[in-house]
Amino acid sequence: MHPAFSVIFFTVASGAGFGLFSLLFIADTFKLGGGFSADQLVAGGLMSVALIIFGLLSSTFHLANPKNAWRAFSRFRTSWLSREGVFAVAFMPLALIYLASIMFDAPLWLRESTGLLAAVLAWITVFSTGMIYACLKTIRQWNTPLVPANYLALGYSSGSLLLLLGAVIAGLDTTPYIAMSALIVSIAAVLKAIYYFWIRDPGLSPTINTATGLTRAKVKLLDTGHTHGTFLTQEFGYQLARSQASLLKILVFVIGFGLPGLMLVWVFTAQGGQALALVAAVAGLLGAAMERWLFFAEARHVVNLYHGAQRC
Amino acid sequence: MRLGLVIDLDVCVGCHACAIACKQWNASGTIGPLSDYEPYGAEPSGVWFNRIRHYEMDEYPHNKTVNFPMSCNHCEDADCVTVCPTGASYKRAEDGIVLVDQDKCMGCNYCSWACPYGARELDRSSGTMKKCTLCVDRIYDETLAIEDRQPSCVLTCPAHARWFGDFDDPDSQVSRITRERGGFGLMPELGYNPTNQYLPPRRKPVIEVNTQPKGGLKESIKQFANKLVRR
Repeated sequence: MHPAFSVIFFTVASGAGFGLFSLLFIADTFKLGGGFSADQLVAGGLMSVALIIFGLLSSTFHLANPKNAWRAFSRFRTSWLSREGVFAVAFMPLALIYLASIMFDAPLWLRESTGLLAAVLAWITVFSTGMIYACLKTIRQWNTPLVPANYLALGYSSGSLLLLLGAVIAGLDTTPYIAMSALIVSIAAVLKAIYYFWIRDPGLSPTINTATGLTRAKVKLLDTGHTHGTFLTQEFGYQLARSQASLLKILVFVIGFGLPGLMLVWVFTAQGGQALALVAAVAGLLGAAMERWLFFAEARHVVNLYHGAQRC
Repeated sequence: MRLGLVIDLDVCVGCHACAIACKQWNASGTIGPLSDYEPYGAEPSGVWFNRIRHYEMDEYPHNKTVNFPMSCNHCEDADCVTVCPTGASYKRAEDGIVLVDQDKCMGCNYCSWACPYGARELDRSSGTMKKCTLCVDRIYDETLAIEDRQPSCVLTCPAHARWFGDFDDPDSQVSRITRERGGFGLMPELGYNPTNQYLPPRRKPVIEVNTQPKGGLKESIKQFANKLVRR
């Protein structure tokens, strides 16, 4: 699949935004590390909302006809893309009411109920983002429950690293934030490792024989029938060398999971260090972006069977 | 009704006439135009509803070229319609034709990701997704003679490798030849239940090409003499 920058930015930014918001709500409810002040909570909440809005806006850049984008909310009952949009938009007012009730010291029940609902909607939205890809039977690398699990784990791990950065800047006791980050980042790393292991084996996937129905002998493509690329080759033809993919996977683990993990240890022993927490957060986001790029680049659509691939 | 095509892989000669006729008709059809990019340039490209690929089946000396026209299969379980967030893609209840409402499409490409057959192509000029309409603007046109109310590709095929009809009617021509010739849909394992059916190449008697000389004394001497003669 062609890795579209706008979609990569969108999924990484909105995933981190939703993750940050949900964990901020947890940190607020349990007053982790002493608890953020009202102003700090509002600042963090607005930052997560900004990440989500920038992400959503960037996702419209990959539309060829954005003037009809408003119609994307209409097929909630069947389309995961539509559901994602609806949930993301439903999240916004709840998140803003939650932040407003912190700012204006509203009764606790309003603050907690809107916060909880928004956090649940954040979870559902990121799940829907993953399901956009996971529901496609045409791409075996995507058609697995590990995909929404990965989207959630990575969104929450980058969110938790951003929250740790906030805790360090706010001068809170960082231990609970470090523990939370360490747990989520390691879960994300393990899920990603399982995913990479899982997609190595093609399993029962379509072949050039089932694609053409000519199952009685070997089949190979002689001619695609076009002289230059088509929409199909431009959208689905992207191919990544296996050695390059392996290198990138190592980088995803080193930069996306290893480096933040190291920084967590360092922040823990140093009890502070804004620069260290910043490095952890940036590395987490960078790792997630590389992971997302690889997620698209490695996906092989079955239409490639009509352009010469023997198996997808 | 369940309208669709039957394509005879035994008969198709790979002339691309169906693709040309399709482009000609649909360029001014309901969801036309079919934009071309750099049609006379170094890298010509553009939107087509129908593409023909060429395959080689089996290996020499038993190999055979199979020409393979493909357009929308108007699937029974069309995921392209399910995934569409805007409702632009729809499947008609009355005849099963899958269409894209050009006024609603936002060009997100998601339906083309869901289609295993590569039937959908984005028109970069209009920013909307386009696909085979089964010549919906032709097959119901009562101003045409009844024999002309068929998709352009079917009418133009010089080899008569294409048939159009209703698969819900067990006695229609398409149902009958599909049954008799063992027609199949493509990639059945994905469960899209494509309506279009392909007829397999017929099995032909194998012609021996590596016939050994009969042998015998006379033949051996002849071969020996042939080797001696300088040519």
